[in-house]
Amino acid sequence: MTDLRGYRFVSTKRRAREHRRFVVGEGRFAGDINLPGTLHVALVASDLPAGRILDIDTRQALAMPGVRCVLTGADLAAATDPLMIGVDAPKVRRYPLAAGVTRYCGEWIAAIVAGTRAQAEDARDLVRVSYEALPFVLDAEAAYQQGSPPVHADHGSNVLLDKSFVWGEVVDDFATAKHRLSYRVRWGRSSTVPIETFQVTASWDPWREILDVWASIQMPKFQDQIARALRIRQNDVRVHYDVDVGGSYGVKRGIKHTVLVSFLSRQLGVPVQLIEDRLENMRAGDMHGPERIFDVELAYDQDGLICSMQMRALDNVGAYAGRSPFQLGKPVGAIVGPYRIRSVAYQAIAVTTNKSPQEAVRGFGQAPTNYAIETGIDKVAAALGLDRLTVRRRNFIRKAEFPYLIPSGTRYDSGDYHTVVDKALAHVDYEALMAERDRLRTQGLRAGVGLASCLEPGGGNSAFEPLLNPKNDTTTWMDSCRIAVDALGSVSATMHTLSAGQGHETLLATVIGEVLEIDPDSIRVVRPDSIASLPSNSPVGSRMAVMLGGAGFYAATKLKQRLIDIAAHDLGVDPSRVVYTAGGVHDPLSGEERSFAQLVHIAHRNFHRLPPGFEPGLNVTHVMQVPTGGHLPTADGRVQMYPVHAFEFHIVLLAIDPELGKPEIRRYVVGHDCGTIINPDIVRGMTLGGIAHGIGAALMEEFVYDDEGQMVAQTFMDYLLPSTHEVPQIEIVHHCTPSPFTVFGQKGSGESGYLGAAAAISSAVNDATGPLGITFDALPIRMATIADAVAAAQKR
Amino acid sequence: MQVSLQVNRESWHLDIEPRQTLLDCLRNVIGLRGTHAGCEHGVCGACTVLLDGTPARSCLILAVQSDGYEILTIEGIAPSPGQLSVLQDAFCETHGLQCGFCTPGMILAGHALLARTSSPTRSEIVEALSGNLCRCTGYVQIIEAIELAAQRLRGANTSPGEARR
Repeated sequence: MTDLRGYRFVSTKRRAREHRRFVVGEGRFAGDINLPGTLHVALVASDLPAGRILDIDTRQALAMPGVRCVLTGADLAAATDPLMIGVDAPKVRRYPLAAGVTRYCGEWIAAIVAGTRAQAEDARDLVRVSYEALPFVLDAEAAYQQGSPPVHADHGSNVLLDKSFVWGEVVDDFATAKHRLSYRVRWGRSSTVPIETFQVTASWDPWREILDVWASIQMPKFQDQIARALRIRQNDVRVHYDVDVGGSYGVKRGIKHTVLVSFLSRQLGVPVQLIEDRLENMRAGDMHGPERIFDVELAYDQDGLICSMQMRALDNVGAYAGRSPFQLGKPVGAIVGPYRIRSVAYQAIAVTTNKSPQEAVRGFGQAPTNYAIETGIDKVAAALGLDRLTVRRRNFIRKAEFPYLIPSGTRYDSGDYHTVVDKALAHVDYEALMAERDRLRTQGLRAGVGLASCLEPGGGNSAFEPLLNPKNDTTTWMDSCRIAVDALGSVSATMHTLSAGQGHETLLATVIGEVLEIDPDSIRVVRPDSIASLPSNSPVGSRMAVMLGGAGFYAATKLKQRLIDIAAHDLGVDPSRVVYTAGGVHDPLSGEERSFAQLVHIAHRNFHRLPPGFEPGLNVTHVMQVPTGGHLPTADGRVQMYPVHAFEFHIVLLAIDPELGKPEIRRYVVGHDCGTIINPDIVRGMTLGGIAHGIGAALMEEFVYDDEGQMVAQTFMDYLLPSTHEVPQIEIVHHCTPSPFTVFGQKGSGESGYLGAAAAISSAVNDATGPLGITFDALPIRMATIADAVAAAQKR
Repeated sequence: MQVSLQVNRESWHLDIEPRQTLLDCLRNVIGLRGTHAGCEHGVCGACTVLLDGTPARSCLILAVQSDGYEILTIEGIAPSPGQLSVLQDAFCETHGLQCGFCTPGMILAGHALLARTSSPTRSEIVEALSGNLCRCTGYVQIIEAIELAAQRLRGANTSPGEARR
């Protein structure tokens, strides 16, 4: 780890270099790709939550102007392999279009290809599908029961995953604990809902035999999955990473979309584009988040010290698997939150239902789990009549205890939770805040203060894969960087994935500039296509500060060493004797030096002056393994999940209108410790945006289904996103506890706002309505829910 | 159907389908792809353009209805290639964006606000942007961008419109 002090560029305010293109409308999104002769796709969607497809009558559609073809699920399934799924359930097959059976309302049944999107949509409305309705199941508890209608008949049940872990002496701890309490909480079905829907253009070149793909993706091993499904080599697929992604926060996986348009392009020999409309995106875009029921039992003593926890998490993953069941696995790496809970029993269940499939959402399952844990802390405090803060402080892991091994096998890297909390409380003036709450109450408002801690695992590994799938033995989740110094001495670096607003080009330039001691603004960052790229696992799991930043750091360090070696050789001295400064190297003893320009000249022109065995030029690469990674889980299911763990503490003051039930956030303060911050504005933006997203999940957003399996929140008028009116001014109080496992001490920071906000807001609402005897134990807590509950309580 | 559209001070004489939205016309016929389709039902504001200086949802207005208006899109805001307007520069300075997808709409909404008032209050900014959804930022740094731009424009004693010329 580098010394915290004395950074030139790291931790200083630097503009994100990406911004200039966006503020003038010159971003290059996948929907902006406009190849000559492109055809467009519209999709026929299932009307039923479950049905056998008897007939698809395409005659009228095919006769419409501009229509080139109609592809049905059966034809596509015959020519492609099923899409990959994460868990070991080979009979749960998925293709981009339903083949034979449809499993949720909105599922794509057929694709119309036409000259324009409007023509394709016109024809789509003329496709007639005949179904035989099949029994369906929407509720996770019902789906878990034996005898429920299986979504995938061949699989035999709706259970995709049902795995129990016991870490530590749970039975003994519960037997000897003075108190125990149990509770159930539900996390509603919502998602990140980026403003850009999923968009993809694919173009098969039959003469070069290569498939070019421009897509708004955030997906590890994307081209690998496309190639497998299409039964072509991976180097037949060229994914263009120089595409801007209009928001993702986890969900932009796009496998089925891309396989579909790629297949069509190969069939038709022209580029094919698919741009989801908002309804397609929300109903069938494979982008819903977890819908999870937690049953939790805590064992604790009279001081509120929690010694053991039993948690059952039942997740409704919808009609197909994807990577979604893994979202029950990542929380294993922070299953005790920031607390010294010494034993845990955890049952993770994922069931299929006839709802839209679930995909990765910000935090990859950690936000619901955090909500479940934090709700429990409030309940322990209430049961003992203790202050919620006191209970948290007593249970926090102490600063001196890091690295701290939690029962499920992850060693938390570092933290100072008490100090972060103290700083946030001092900033907010906690006593004054509580007084303000009480003052609001005297004014007739239902005011509450909410508290929530949260841990953000970062550095994104995939140890949950082997943990939940015995056939998966993945122990690396690498990322990479290549740096080249050209013959004129300018420095260029590569990254090998797409970005969705995280400022990765700025991150990489900053890190390389720091190591080489050159102006980051002079460093060009480019993104080669997937064939020309080094390995990457995409910006998932709050990993890029650690993994791309780390890869850039190590590559730059190699480059620096090359410059030192070349200079020392040319000066005829030992490399240990020379000093590197901003690209140049000098020998303090002799006073002789080689400037950066001279070293570049030697590397590019003077082979005769290079050290023996050196390659000419100045090119370095680094492929980085995840710090602390590389191990398979133990037999009892313990594994180091992620390498680094940021900590946040959220404090919310909220006031509810007594008549309307409308909650208004009056104050929002978050204590935040993600170790060394590389770019302060970017980290602040992530935190603020995450909190806004958490406000939505807590109070507004839900993909509601009716009893017939129809999704009723189909537009932005039914599925409500927070606007400027709902997101307050948010104050962030920083603290820095560097990680010992990363190059600058940095940790991940893309998720913490979201991971803590929903728990904190729920805590505030419950504090506000507690005096009425009302407890809300399910998210979202929508305005109407509050108003109804308050009205009912007043009638009692 | 024949229409004449004034887009970013340029005239376009087009023969288009009456049902085509201004959004689709700008993107697919005129080729200005900085105007983005977010929801296509008039809620998210990603497709915001200015019609005679007033923010409008280009997904809800037909191209043929736009005949006769001065249409300003994000491509018409920067004073010259490589030079940002004061407001665009303020967005860069305060980190008022992340993925950039809603940004053109935000900038046009902010541009219209600053043309109307040189000293907007925070609640006026909140109100002016309340029809533009952003999923990345939580709005805080966007509001800061508009406050910063207003401050700089007041200091420069020039309107956003004048700054363009």
